[in-house]
Amino acid sequence: MIKVLTALGLVDARRLLDNREISAAELTDAHLNWIDEIDEQVKAFITPMHEQARGMAADADRAIAAGEASPMTGIPVALKDIFCTVDAPTSAASEILKGYRSPMDATVVERLRAARAVFVGKTNTDEFAMGSSTENSAFFTTHNPWDLERVPGGSSGGSSAAVAANEAMVSLGSDTGGSIRQPAGFCGVVGMKPTYGRVSRFGLIAFASSLDQIGPFSRCVEDSAMTLQAIAGHDRRDATSAPVEVPDYLEELRAGVKGLRVGIAEEFSSVEGMEPGVKEACEAAYAMFSELGAELVPVQLPNAKYALPTYYITAPAEASANLARFDGVKYGLNIESDTLLDTYLRTRGEGFGPEVKRRIMLGTYALASGYYDAYYVKAQKVRTLIKRDFDRAFEGVDVILAPTSPTVAFKIGARVDDPLQMYLSDIFTIPANMAGLPGISIPCGFSEGLPVSLQIMGPAFGESVIFRAAHAYEQATTWHKERPALLRERADTTV
Amino acid sequence: MISEGHQVKLELETVERIAALARLGLSQDEMERMREQLSVVLDHISMLEEVPTEDIPPTAQVIELQNIMRDDVVEPSLSQEQVLLNAPRSEDGFIKVKAVLDAS
Repeated sequence: MIKVLTALGLVDARRLLDNREISAAELTDAHLNWIDEIDEQVKAFITPMHEQARGMAADADRAIAAGEASPMTGIPVALKDIFCTVDAPTSAASEILKGYRSPMDATVVERLRAARAVFVGKTNTDEFAMGSSTENSAFFTTHNPWDLERVPGGSSGGSSAAVAANEAMVSLGSDTGGSIRQPAGFCGVVGMKPTYGRVSRFGLIAFASSLDQIGPFSRCVEDSAMTLQAIAGHDRRDATSAPVEVPDYLEELRAGVKGLRVGIAEEFSSVEGMEPGVKEACEAAYAMFSELGAELVPVQLPNAKYALPTYYITAPAEASANLARFDGVKYGLNIESDTLLDTYLRTRGEGFGPEVKRRIMLGTYALASGYYDAYYVKAQKVRTLIKRDFDRAFEGVDVILAPTSPTVAFKIGARVDDPLQMYLSDIFTIPANMAGLPGISIPCGFSEGLPVSLQIMGPAFGESVIFRAAHAYEQATTWHKERPALLRERADTTV
Repeated sequence: MISEGHQVKLELETVERIAALARLGLSQDEMERMREQLSVVLDHISMLEEVPTEDIPPTAQVIELQNIMRDDVVEPSLSQEQVLLNAPRSEDGFIKVKAVLDAS
């Protein structure tokens, strides 16, 4: 078999590494060289980690030689630059964290490091993960590998673009309202947001603590399951991480969908601004599930339409509290002024970008005396209704299907001046965050030459059934095998 | 309750008050823009008014976790040096800030 090293998936790479047909050093160098060549165009990385990666690859090769390889040993992984790392700067794509060096690793980083994965770099994101396009990064915008004039989605757009452009085999992102699933959808890769509490948030720079969850990007469902396996599980340093046993995600991966009850919600079938190409591709995907032996069941989620306004109270409110820590005193940017109050005002006024300021303002407003009951408490009550809808629906179905986003990737600059339009691109992903549920985004077609993606949501801690449904669909289709034209003309080391 | 009439329109004074609460130094231009953009978003949010929620408890958490306890045992944590490494100003093992009390 002839295969480009940077195009390998985890299963093939694992076999080649374990059989000593390739070394982790070779695999790593192939990725680093490709990053050097292509990232000028894609701009997925804020901080490439060439030197660190070579050291980690050497460690991985020693572990493999000693027979101590684990599934992630020697695998090139990209990390969203919102996870703390001891050996590279952590910026959250913000000026306010200028020069920050974390004294510790995030738990997900620590676990991958212990498994001797290889970190190839830290990827671009919207500032503090607030956005849907990476255009809110304080540094630069990442380009969609399918069309460099378009956004990769966001906020984890650097991590999704890196995997779509073969710059990393898998990557990690974080998802507060869709920030893994939406960019996975725009870049035609697999993106998994696990159940709230499934993966430790320790060392993830907090955006909205009741919604944030970490998950993987990959080019196939099996790689997604393997990567989640490596990072999931209880962590005593995150009090909201669930002490629930992590199942073997590969065990029922191939069980198929025959007899599976698949929910289709009327509420997800049409929204304002939904593109016909997206609707068609998703409806064809639903039909495919039926063809594969699943039973399509209509479900009602009458309160799902309130998820977006509920989110835009809850997330900014939590963010305004979480981002209070950036004050120019303990770390990061400091604009020293005559008084401590002026130091706060100037450091925060100049250190945060426009979208972060908007959300801090919105959240402070929603929590302010006189508005708290009308906004914050109201939103938490509606959140209860959204969650109850899902609880009721999952009494009758195993998974629920929906589009990932109502549109394909939009042009860079098209929505920057219209926050509400930008927010609407997460309309199908936000409900799962509000209810704490897991969801995956997988490729299900093309519209205008750009990837369209299907979202599969499941009940709490139902990642296994989601992977199973996603894998069955993936194996029955070829969408995930399509690669951006950007990758076609290249030849690197082959094996 | 949230909006009066059809359109939410924030007063500039409200924007200034919120910015002060949030410790955000905003220029006059930013205040104006914030007023426009936040009004649009708040207008969208006001659709929640139509949802009846009288007897609905607010969500405190989405997964059913009970209080998680552990023994209160002293363990190694970050060293003073590590903690101060990122502080823009420090002296003698302390973080240094401007005086907050009047010397007189």
